[in-house]
Amino acid sequence: MMTDATLEPIPADIPQAPKRSRMRSVFSKDRKAQFGIIVLGLFILGALLAPLIAPYDPNEMTLDMMGSPSGEHILGTDDLGRDLFSRILWGTQISLFVGVATVAISLFFGVLLGVLAGYYGGWIDMIIMRYIDLQWAFPNFIIAVYLVAVFGTGLLNVIVAIALAFLDDFARIARSMVLTLKEEQFVDAARVQGFSDIRIMVFHILPNAMAPIIVQATVSVSYAILGEASLSFLGLGVSADTPTWGLILADGRSFISQAWWLGVYPGLAIMLVVLSINFIGDALRDALDVRDADI
Amino acid sequence: MAAYILRRLIGAALVMIAVATLVFFMLRLVPGDPIAAMLAEAGSDEAREALTRKLGFDQPLIVQYFKWFGNMLQGDLGASIYGSNQPVSKIIVEALPRTLSLAFLSFVIALIIAIPAGIIAATRKNSAADTAVSLFAFLGLSMPDFWLAILLIIVFAANLQWLPAIGYEPLSAGLWPWLSHLILPSIAIGTGFSAIIARMIRSAMLEVLNADYMRTAASKGLPTRIILLRHAFPNALIPVITVIGIAFALLISGAVVVENVFAIKGLGRVLIQGIQNRDYPVVQGAVLVVSAFFVLSNLLVDLLYAVIDPRIRYS
Repeated sequence: MMTDATLEPIPADIPQAPKRSRMRSVFSKDRKAQFGIIVLGLFILGALLAPLIAPYDPNEMTLDMMGSPSGEHILGTDDLGRDLFSRILWGTQISLFVGVATVAISLFFGVLLGVLAGYYGGWIDMIIMRYIDLQWAFPNFIIAVYLVAVFGTGLLNVIVAIALAFLDDFARIARSMVLTLKEEQFVDAARVQGFSDIRIMVFHILPNAMAPIIVQATVSVSYAILGEASLSFLGLGVSADTPTWGLILADGRSFISQAWWLGVYPGLAIMLVVLSINFIGDALRDALDVRDADI
Repeated sequence: MAAYILRRLIGAALVMIAVATLVFFMLRLVPGDPIAAMLAEAGSDEAREALTRKLGFDQPLIVQYFKWFGNMLQGDLGASIYGSNQPVSKIIVEALPRTLSLAFLSFVIALIIAIPAGIIAATRKNSAADTAVSLFAFLGLSMPDFWLAILLIIVFAANLQWLPAIGYEPLSAGLWPWLSHLILPSIAIGTGFSAIIARMIRSAMLEVLNADYMRTAASKGLPTRIILLRHAFPNALIPVITVIGIAFALLISGAVVVENVFAIKGLGRVLIQGIQNRDYPVVQGAVLVVSAFFVLSNLLVDLLYAVIDPRIRYS
């Protein structure tokens, strides 16, 4: 069998080689992106090492209730005497996991639908697009709230609910990329060689459609984290005894006039992570040369 | 143009029918027995049967669907199965002015922040002011609205005691009581929204500022202020209008969460309390009304867009 490499022309308008150096030059200049990488890195490290570095058990109640930040409890304690820092640290695990898992699911199925719709057209496209238009008629957050209302709370349900709410964004982008790319000569070349549709979609079209999908995925992780926090805050989240950022804020809400730290720090954690991801996403958009119109 | 409007209206009506159908059937997907879920543990056999009959669950699904749909068209969304069994439509009609007041004020606050910020950022590109606006936009997009709500309560309600921390007063009780209860929640919702609009205005202004007619206006000797406000800004608003539909989704989602922080019994609070009480008729009604508003606002944006920009062709 012939090697693919010799027969896979790289389209002239999508330069492949300079991408990596462009990435490096964008990230080496972009202070915001550097801030994002460092802060997000610290949170990821904190999430991974939570069992080792958390000073207290996040659910351990003590008599030191609503203690202000001190040497012993650096972010203070809540109304049940639980250490706020340990709770936020453990909450990082859930937030980051939900963010990444949600987008992974949403990306896989969304891109699958979008590629099928764009590549085959006809009735497949029509059915998929009607579904996507229908989903477009609901605000994303309302979809997630309704799904959790119907199927119940819990980690898996929250992930599935948010993933489903984002599905249409990925499908839309993937479809429009495929519609442009399938007219390109390198796709004709692959077809002439008798490659299967699946092979053409996965190895020829998809790699060239990745830039806007990567940017959208980054943005979606930040929305997913905000979404999970909002659901938890409303009591529709993972569970009442798993410390998540939204839940910690909801628990502390009644006490904020006496204990401001309960209202400030969990939200600060959410904002720092989301801000970091948004900074990185913005730099990726520059580096991958994705215009807003593509998304 | 009339044909275009008609087509869009029919399209929106079809979407609404599909939305209502989806909302109805999804609720029937509740794993296990929805009646048991609604009654929790306390349900006796008689209570079970009564509720089953009341909700019409003893009839075939398709009969239930058409009955529900027919009632809905007449404004009857069923009755709450919780508390005093009020009609869902009455609950929603009571909640609606609160959510609409909140959405309206949030929108106004967002524009008050976004329009000057966007114009300044565009006219002084790469200046310190531009950087500040860009940072503000990033912060606005990254800050959870319910957290901002809590921060505002800590500062302005708990400590300074300038504004009430919870509750709602109708406009009929006077302008200030109404406004004072809505200012903090509206800032909480409007800030994130203003970030999006400020960014849009900035990039649209930058594009417009390079257009030929801007050079013409300048060479006629018009003062910069007039050029910016009369020539550049209206054209920069066109792309902004397209995002308003999307932004309405943000306003509604924001209201759902923020109403719960400020204990304002709007649509969002009705929805969440409905979920907590397993009051499915209420949940169904609230989701339906929220989606209807969303579909309508998208329709209005499309029509407005066509009216404002005469370059758009209706084919």
